[in-house]
Amino acid sequence: MSAQHDARPAPVGGSLFNAATLVCGVLMAVAATIIVVRLFFGLSSTTNVNDGYSWGIWVVVDVFIGSALACGGFCMALLVYIFNKGRYHPLVRPALLGSLFGYTLAGAAITFDLGRWWNFWHIFWPGYFNVNSVMFEVAACITLYIIVMWIEFSPVFLEKLGLHDARRKLEKVLFFFIALGVVLPMMHQASLGTMLVVMGSQVHPLWQTPIQPLLYLLSAIMLGYGVILFESCVAASAYRRQIELSLLNPMAKVMLGIIAVFLVVRFADVAVRGALPEAFRANHVALTFWVENACLLATFLLIGTVEARRNPARLFLAGITVMLGGILLRLNGFLIAFDTGPGWRYFPSVPELLVTIGIFAAEIFGYIYITRRFPVLPREEAYAQPARS
Amino acid sequence: MKTQARNGRVAPDGRRRFLKGCLGTAGAAVAAAAVTSPAAARETYERPAEALGLLYDATLCIGCKACVAACKRANDNPPEFSTTDKLWDTPLDTSGYTFNIIKMYRSGTMATKDDEENGYAFMKTSCMHCADPSCVSACPVTAMTKDATTGIVAYDAEACVGCRYCVVACPFGIPKYQYDSPTGKIGKCELCRHRYKDGHYSACAEVCPTGATLYGRTSDLLAEAKRRLALQPGSVTTYPRGNLSGGPDQSYEGKVGNYRQHVYGETEYGGTQVLKLSAVDFEKVGMPYLPPKSSASTSETIQHTLYGGLLMPFAVLGAMTYVARRNVHHEDDTPPPAEPGKEES
Repeated sequence: MSAQHDARPAPVGGSLFNAATLVCGVLMAVAATIIVVRLFFGLSSTTNVNDGYSWGIWVVVDVFIGSALACGGFCMALLVYIFNKGRYHPLVRPALLGSLFGYTLAGAAITFDLGRWWNFWHIFWPGYFNVNSVMFEVAACITLYIIVMWIEFSPVFLEKLGLHDARRKLEKVLFFFIALGVVLPMMHQASLGTMLVVMGSQVHPLWQTPIQPLLYLLSAIMLGYGVILFESCVAASAYRRQIELSLLNPMAKVMLGIIAVFLVVRFADVAVRGALPEAFRANHVALTFWVENACLLATFLLIGTVEARRNPARLFLAGITVMLGGILLRLNGFLIAFDTGPGWRYFPSVPELLVTIGIFAAEIFGYIYITRRFPVLPREEAYAQPARS
Repeated sequence: MKTQARNGRVAPDGRRRFLKGCLGTAGAAVAAAAVTSPAAARETYERPAEALGLLYDATLCIGCKACVAACKRANDNPPEFSTTDKLWDTPLDTSGYTFNIIKMYRSGTMATKDDEENGYAFMKTSCMHCADPSCVSACPVTAMTKDATTGIVAYDAEACVGCRYCVVACPFGIPKYQYDSPTGKIGKCELCRHRYKDGHYSACAEVCPTGATLYGRTSDLLAEAKRRLALQPGSVTTYPRGNLSGGPDQSYEGKVGNYRQHVYGETEYGGTQVLKLSAVDFEKVGMPYLPPKSSASTSETIQHTLYGGLLMPFAVLGAMTYVARRNVHHEDDTPPPAEPGKEES
């Protein structure tokens, strides 16, 4: 056991003005400008969405993929507080921070994609909301989860502000919010898959299945761990810190288990529904199906053994392949293998792409700001050598 | 459970087993709910008894597009141009500003009407007013509603948040959004329900010179459609025009077309209130194959099974709260002793 396991979180410190924050700032400003144009001149002024593909990347990438990539916090809470693997505790706060920004910005992103955004409150207003609607479940649940996450994360701010009394009081009931913070994402991440069901045969048979909620839930969990691998490696390299190998190694094994379950369910479902022949046609849909699953299979090749999981480069790449697999699952269902009939085409416009990039830039900027100024990442023991294992 | 709580601690093994148990149960419940068809299955809805609709008979349609113009006027929609001179309203598809359009099927030399090979045919595109509409199920804020009596699928812009799930969900591609406006609305046919109080009915049926578009109760329209299918092609019969379920008799005698033996909309997705007859294969004229089971019923069955009465969420939340309460250690507490044994990495 190395000392870092019990290390309390501490601010990283350092300047907030550097190349990374500057680039993020510019990208955020560009995105904000485009959003203003969109709000004054309508969706067609900046995006390529149309009646065949009414949901473009602002919905599918910013919200559906963005929120799934923000499942790290929920996945760590699941491991630490539900499965009682206390040793992963140092990973909880950084993961929760990523989730906090991912979800908050996904929530912000959906607002300016809404065609009649000033009515947004109807989703929470009895008399308006429709409990049969999958979209209602997703919207209400995501909103609630964002609030819950800010509460879960608030001890960090209270700690920084020196409000120890308030922090202690909050921590007495925090277990409830932690439980909520596990249940809510399970609900809406599953429902994001159910969203495809009502679209019927417009969604290709390889992705149109009533077990979508299970697939999306499993994939959100594996994505959560994949993102933590990725984030931990990037944060370690950017802040010149140690990589928490002794934690990432066993966590990656948990992730492999989830991926294995996912793949079994995925292929069993495709086979049972008789959709397997669709995967062997010579078209782009079959190709993207195999790319999606090859990404997940590649993870086993990358980090299948204990030795391989001690290699930071391999962990980093595995994080990327898992993320790609999960991203493709969503892109395929909602855009690539979604067909509303002949004549409809969609590819995001440059301004559309810039807004999505700006949102991710905002997440990175927020992550840098909070980790440098607030106690999130585990305190680095000066010159501590990584435990040789 | 209670004794365990009073005793303070459960043996670690027992607890782990409990955790695995409750999580396994939750997972299994989710899986079972999704895979099997549960008792709470939401059946596909049927049309209301007094449902209103249209019967479009493609063999009677002459492609004059009077219905397209009348629809524009009745709904106060602006013209849309697809030609460079911009003289006439020439929409190429339905849109946020065009709720009804006549499309053309063409094959080879286009010599004869209603021939699949070397022929041409017309097809009306407008809201089918499904018995079990995907758009109504999808809408998070009840902006899309289905009238319990008339079955008309109506849209309320005041309620709408503009999420466009209805646009994505509809198998006919009917609800469309006004992307060029900062305050864009969804546009779709509402069977001219706003004109009923003035004694009018669907403008497209009102103006149709051949009775190709006929308005009425769907039950009457269905009977009329079946009557036509039973006739000998080429024989002469009476074709009503305007409003089948009331209004003055405007019928005329005409030749029976070479119908496909299928009333489109009789069973699709539980049935639609707009019915169609055609001499050309329906998929070729843009009407998709749809099973009798609606996708709204599948979607809502999943939703109700997982979230009905919030039973499952509260059960899982209860289990999670119980477990989290035991496992959350505050930083003021002494850290939990390292688990014995090596990591299973």
